[in-house]
Amino acid sequence: METKDLLIIGGGSAGMAAAVGAYDRGVKDILILEKGPFLGGILNQCIHNGFGLTEFKEELTGPEFAQRFITQVRDRKIPYKLDTYVTSISKEKVVTYMNGVDGVVEVQAKAIIMAAGCYERNAGAIGIPGDRPAGILTAGQAQLFLNEYGCLVGHRVFILGSGDIGLIMARRLTLEGAKVLGVAEICPWSNGLNRNMVQCLYDYDIPLFLSHTVTKVIGKARLEKVIIAMVDEKKNPIPGTEREFEADTLILSVGLVPNNDLLDKLGIPTSRSRGALVNEHYETSVEGIFSCGNVLHVHDLVDNVVEEAREAGEAAALYLKGQLPAHKESITIVPGNGIGYVVPGKIDLADSGDDLVFKFRVRQPSRSVFILYEFNGVIIKRIFKPVIIPSEMEIEKLPKNILNSNQGTITISLVDKET
Amino acid sequence: MEDVLIIGAGAVGCFIARSLSRYELSVLVLEKENDVGDVTSMANSAIAHSGYDPEPGTKKAKFNVLGNKMMPLLCQELDVSFGKVGTLTVAVDDDQVPLLADLLARAQLNGVEAKLLGPAEVKALEPNINPAVKGALLCPTGGIVNPFTLTAHAMENACDNGVKLHLSETVLAVSRLYDHYVVKTDKDTYEAKVVVNAAGLHADEIAAMIEPVSWKILPRKGEYYVLNHYAPGLVNHVLFPLPSAKGKGVLVTMTTSGNYLVGPSSEVIDDKEDLATDTPTLASVRAQAQSLVPNIPFGEQIRVFSGLRATPSTHDFIIEASQKYPDFINVAGIESPGLVSSPAIGEYVAKDLVGAVLPLKEKAAYTKTIKKYVCPLSLHRDERNALIQANPDYGEMVCDCEKVTLGEIKDALSRSVPCLTVKALKKRTRVGFGKCQGGFCQPKVVRLLADYYHISPLEVLYDKSGSAIILDEIKKEAK
Repeated sequence: METKDLLIIGGGSAGMAAAVGAYDRGVKDILILEKGPFLGGILNQCIHNGFGLTEFKEELTGPEFAQRFITQVRDRKIPYKLDTYVTSISKEKVVTYMNGVDGVVEVQAKAIIMAAGCYERNAGAIGIPGDRPAGILTAGQAQLFLNEYGCLVGHRVFILGSGDIGLIMARRLTLEGAKVLGVAEICPWSNGLNRNMVQCLYDYDIPLFLSHTVTKVIGKARLEKVIIAMVDEKKNPIPGTEREFEADTLILSVGLVPNNDLLDKLGIPTSRSRGALVNEHYETSVEGIFSCGNVLHVHDLVDNVVEEAREAGEAAALYLKGQLPAHKESITIVPGNGIGYVVPGKIDLADSGDDLVFKFRVRQPSRSVFILYEFNGVIIKRIFKPVIIPSEMEIEKLPKNILNSNQGTITISLVDKET
Repeated sequence: MEDVLIIGAGAVGCFIARSLSRYELSVLVLEKENDVGDVTSMANSAIAHSGYDPEPGTKKAKFNVLGNKMMPLLCQELDVSFGKVGTLTVAVDDDQVPLLADLLARAQLNGVEAKLLGPAEVKALEPNINPAVKGALLCPTGGIVNPFTLTAHAMENACDNGVKLHLSETVLAVSRLYDHYVVKTDKDTYEAKVVVNAAGLHADEIAAMIEPVSWKILPRKGEYYVLNHYAPGLVNHVLFPLPSAKGKGVLVTMTTSGNYLVGPSSEVIDDKEDLATDTPTLASVRAQAQSLVPNIPFGEQIRVFSGLRATPSTHDFIIEASQKYPDFINVAGIESPGLVSSPAIGEYVAKDLVGAVLPLKEKAAYTKTIKKYVCPLSLHRDERNALIQANPDYGEMVCDCEKVTLGEIKDALSRSVPCLTVKALKKRTRVGFGKCQGGFCQPKVVRLLADYYHISPLEVLYDKSGSAIILDEIKKEAK
């Protein structure tokens, strides 16, 4: 059987950055497996700008950002295979992939980095009431049709959900001549980045209906009408508040889900992010299998993805040199009140770097609150947040000397000023 | 002049066509939808019922039991996934226990193997069952079947044996002229010696074109959840509650693709085209299912859908020649257990009803099997490698979620029953059936269809006429 020191599943931003991170720490025997026809993954269809502000200190489009990393991969002569699909991974780190050229190949890897990205929640998953005509699709699907295939999915468009891709598509479709009738968001707040709200909706006078959802879609063959209604605090539609839109297209931007099937099938525990539960080295419960990028937890900025993935690549390099400590996972990190999920889920104090890094999202927007860190029931840190919103991932660092033990539980929660 | 013209290519129409294709007859099938099995036959529980439930002596009982017995061999011949997993009809309170004994007696009258189980036995078979379970009726011959390929492959076999299939053609009028029939459609006019009315929900309207009929088809809607194939073992059998006047109730089952299906509701409606789902009905389905299996992971939902059963006002299948004409045959009201019954109905209609009015001479060149569909992911590594070496398309993945390769899609497109739409390809190959619901692969599928049929992507339909997926092209000069 063929062997590789490091096998990376996914050649998007995370996979490429992980490869570069590992290579620069001395790992040379790497193979990236990418299912698509290009490196770069979803960045290739994100032709808008706004990428790279922290990574490259300039504003790039998605394909430009991808190209920077493709160049880094090529400069290092890191091998990759395109149009290649991974069918399984074993706990012994045997990866089986297939493509039309090589057929089915099994590779014994010493380490694996999972960087397979995410997929979109869709009409089926949320079970939109009403008919099931053509013309209901996810924002990323509409984006793929438009930007890679040159196809416009509709003329009169309504958008459900204020996720970033939906907002970007509102602008993009408008620029291509479609009429975007409005955006409904079930939460009483918007779920996209603030800059996207301004640049994609307000600048184009596209109405945003907060606390509204789609209560019915009508159309036998192609979508004809979308009915929305206001919702109460429990997200139940309020009768009498319905509005009707004559739309041929409904675009959904209702969330992304880590595409973590390969690790799920291994029985690797998952976190509330729906990605694998990892320690501070992005290592899963199986030693030598790492996860990073959107397959671990959904990021709002690719700049954060590549930073995380590089670190995962560096950790894999340490693992391959035998310098990554064996699993002890003595401290568990738990998302408490108001916190959606936290990465990492476990840490071992003795092995951590100088800082403990926590990435998490809050469940709802808040003003003037504290993020509270409790270690074994004792408050160890309280950080004031004038504003905190679910659409922006929080990344916080704590010095490791803040912990007085290598055993127990850290709970991160959101509390009001008063408590 | 056709010997036999079949109106409708649902499960029943397809199996009648297949049974007739064995004989020296010219057979034409007209289907108003853009694919075979595109209405009731594709939106149901996908169960090969054992036959314990229909009232003894009815046509439902007869054809169900016969059809069930045909299933294992038939599904081999037609390369259709079938699993004889057995069904459990479950009593969850003490009042229901005597009803299990009634069902057992009914099963015995119908000639169906069945056995009563106590609570401990049920729990041993079904670890996730409601712990309050009081007992169950086990019918080991009940099973699950792929309804999409069962229907399509039956028609493919028929077409391979010379049957002509016209999709997207609606019958507007049927009239009798001397000794034969004239069938007018929205596209053409045909003459036939025998007409078989297998028009599903619209069978009453077709029957009424030649004589007044006393029965009606009442559309009865059933709504379902589909869950992802995330893990085996949620249920190990098809689980039914005890039946009621409204039908067999909300079941929980695995499917032949490893998904789970929860449903259906049961509501008689007026509109034969109304396939909308609604939140209160699905909430009720969910609650009923939870009385069988309390911890169904509804977070794994990948789709909701509804189907319309063609419920006859007579409460039994209508499979007979019209009152006036022995050569006009109504096959109507084929509601549950219609899917499993359809192969037996096909045989009966061909041999007994068509055979009564036309001579049946067996074809020398008849073949009862279709060409196997190759599924690379189910092959052993070496076999898969040989396949990919011979045809690299079998190494190219189109649908990541359901692991469907380009080779499988091209194979489906090349068969005698065409795949004209995205949905037809989905039903044949499972492309786009998974958790992302085509989010990644649908653009590729649209392009494949456009290329195969030499049409613009704007003309590629999702399903029905008018269901274009894209409405415009930009920068048309760009490649």
